[in-house]
Amino acid sequence: MTNIKKKNKNTLLEKEKKLGLILLLPTILIVLSVVIFPLLANFWISFKPVSLGDLRPPKLIVKERIKGKISDKNQIAEIQYRYRNSSIKYDLENVIIKDIIPNGFTVKDLQPTQFCRLKLKELICNLNNVSSRSSGKIILKVHKNDQWQKELDNPKKTKPLVTFSSKNVLTSFEFNTENFEKVFSASEFFEVLKVSFYYTIFGTAGALLVGLLAAQILQKSFRGRSIVRGLLLFPYVSPVIAVAFAWVILFDPFSGIVNSMLVQMNVIDKPINFFGQKYTDIIIFGYVFKFPLALSMVIAFEIWRYFPLSFLFILARMQSFPEEIYDAAKIDGASPFQQFYYISLPFLIGIMSILFLLRFIWTFNKFDDIFLLTGGNAGTRTFTVNVYEQAFAISNLGAGAAVAVVIFIFLLTFSLLFMRYSKKETF
Amino acid sequence: MFWKYGLFFSILSGGIWGVFWQIFFTVVGILTLGTPLSLELSQIMIIGPLAGILYIKSQKILSIKFHLTAIIIITFLIFISHLGNPYQVEDENRLIIFMLILLTSFFVWVSLNHSLYNLSPGKLSKHDIESFFIKFMWGIGLIILILITLIPFYIMIMTSLKNQQSLILNPLDLSVNLNTDFKTLFNSYIELFTNFNFHLFLINSFIVSCTTVIITLFFSIPGAYALARLRIPNKKIFSGTVILIYLIPSIVLIIPLYAIFSYIGLRNSLFGLILVYPATTIPVALYMLRGYFSALSSEIDDAALMDGLSRIQIILKIAIPLSKPAIVSVGLYVFMIAWNEFLIAFMFLDDPNIFTLSRGIMSLNSSEIPQQHLMAGAVIATIPVMMIFLYLEKFLISGLSAGGVKG
Repeated sequence: MTNIKKKNKNTLLEKEKKLGLILLLPTILIVLSVVIFPLLANFWISFKPVSLGDLRPPKLIVKERIKGKISDKNQIAEIQYRYRNSSIKYDLENVIIKDIIPNGFTVKDLQPTQFCRLKLKELICNLNNVSSRSSGKIILKVHKNDQWQKELDNPKKTKPLVTFSSKNVLTSFEFNTENFEKVFSASEFFEVLKVSFYYTIFGTAGALLVGLLAAQILQKSFRGRSIVRGLLLFPYVSPVIAVAFAWVILFDPFSGIVNSMLVQMNVIDKPINFFGQKYTDIIIFGYVFKFPLALSMVIAFEIWRYFPLSFLFILARMQSFPEEIYDAAKIDGASPFQQFYYISLPFLIGIMSILFLLRFIWTFNKFDDIFLLTGGNAGTRTFTVNVYEQAFAISNLGAGAAVAVVIFIFLLTFSLLFMRYSKKETF
Repeated sequence: MFWKYGLFFSILSGGIWGVFWQIFFTVVGILTLGTPLSLELSQIMIIGPLAGILYIKSQKILSIKFHLTAIIIITFLIFISHLGNPYQVEDENRLIIFMLILLTSFFVWVSLNHSLYNLSPGKLSKHDIESFFIKFMWGIGLIILILITLIPFYIMIMTSLKNQQSLILNPLDLSVNLNTDFKTLFNSYIELFTNFNFHLFLINSFIVSCTTVIITLFFSIPGAYALARLRIPNKKIFSGTVILIYLIPSIVLIIPLYAIFSYIGLRNSLFGLILVYPATTIPVALYMLRGYFSALSSEIDDAALMDGLSRIQIILKIAIPLSKPAIVSVGLYVFMIAWNEFLIAFMFLDDPNIFTLSRGIMSLNSSEIPQQHLMAGAVIATIPVMMIFLYLEKFLISGLSAGGVKG
């Protein structure tokens, strides 16, 4: 009896395992091909001197032309093949051009003879190497023979067949650490590191703090609370491109409202370029401070856009508090600040630390916001913007990939920290 | 100590509220009149505290009539202190200025009524002081929060309705002249749809976003069910990997994706986008849905299994109908991610006929194209997500709070 039971259970378990894997398989495949494979490819590229131009594989461009009248029997016409290596960097090897010469023509002469020959009606040119940027010509002198038919015998009707092999940096097995040396030795590396952490720490902490404040404000019930709650989520749900450009226009030095308002109200003398000025001098008690203006603006945007998220989580957690504790505290004579400090805060500290870590990771990885606001100029270049800058602005894909690897290593460290921490806290 | 008395707090809050509303309505005045108004705070710094004292001293006789009288008194005081002509404006704008001052007095009084309610002018206990402080900060905080949230959107809409000439002439004038006809008012929008292919971008964005939602749900529902219910080996590792993958940003993947998609010729195509987007959203959806499915009672599943339903049938007939709200919210969240996505669309699409909205707006960001077109584009991209959001707010909020740590 027990034996049979065991067997049944096992087969059920087996079945479930199988079904579970089948259900998960598509997800696994998609994630493997679009996330994991590119991730590995990124490591691969980061060890190679690949530039944006290398993505266009080198090609041999062949153009066929006819000189002279081929319809005239007595005249000798020329069929020309001009070829050119499109790449400015790579040589082409084992280049062979083939074409069919129609029956209606008799070939009188063939140049260059050392590479080309005629095999029946087929032209075969074995050019061996065509170095980068070089070009050449193949010339056939032909005249019309008796078999010629007007419709059939146009030499251009058959396209020349080209085969070649070339070196490809992307798939070759040559590696070097040049990209990493470049990334780490550049004087801007520490600047980028500093800006990244500045942005991440202040952006995350600011958003969390404003979120906490907003949650405190919205916890009290009042008329129109649900509407306000919806309003406060606007920055987060709208497309980043829309709100980023709205900020840019709001703070524009020439036609922005903030600047002209401040000038009109005699707060400032001349417009400030909020997103284009690296430092501004702030004078406090005679001391001049260099205030990183553009970076602070980008951080302000980050806080503005992401406080709704922390707000939402903290509010959800606060609304799940047991009311009785507060009542008990009130009876014991706890003041509102004491209630917040001794009751609410300990309740919230768990979710807040998890939010901090998660948001920290995401802010560190944020690209769109800074790219759209400042383009990474004026002292706002973080690692993510640096990926774009290296790979697509300087078109050095390898260096960009190397920066991406640096980001990934940071990400992995933060994530492991997060995983270890979040195990202790129930989310 | 003087600062423990209610009277002190009434003076303090009167001053702060006065200055706050004075600044606020001066800005409103500048934006509606389009003429510069100088900000003078010294008068209100005296009148505000006076109003505070008036309020706290007469708390026992508060009535509608008294409120109205108080507001009129404050308005009168402001006018007197400015020698009858606040802001020194021309005659034709006097009425608007009068309205602004009236509104300032009204809001000062309402704010005082809120933060000083039931506060005695005498000595206060620590508890009373803290409650006053919290009430006061609550009011100011709420207003500032709403203002800061909404100002960029306000600018976005107002700029999109202006024309080039008036923007250059006076960037401060954000009033909308309601006398202008529909065509001139919505000129930027009409331009975008007729000359800039925005109808195509809108359609492309819808195609990409909807397809992403469908593909994501199609694969993540069975996957999430399997993770929540079935006994799979190494389930924990699976779940951990899902979270990890969902933390990988697209900037780390963009170079190889760009290279690979260029090589296989899928880069400049909507199909390429539809291939990449679900890969970034499936882990999120899986993570969110797994939570919902785990919360369903497994006894229903067991009963259904006893009745001879297969697991696939259970998913179709029990799990999906029971978690419809969850699936809707996940779907909306995925739609939002796909609709708002910028980086991949920006890197992948070169052909203006297949631009999505994000990519299309980026192409408007040049010095040759006027600002109001850019802002009109921004409004067009924002309206659909906003409508979905307002219509299905509850769904979306639960979706956001379930898995929306992704940004």
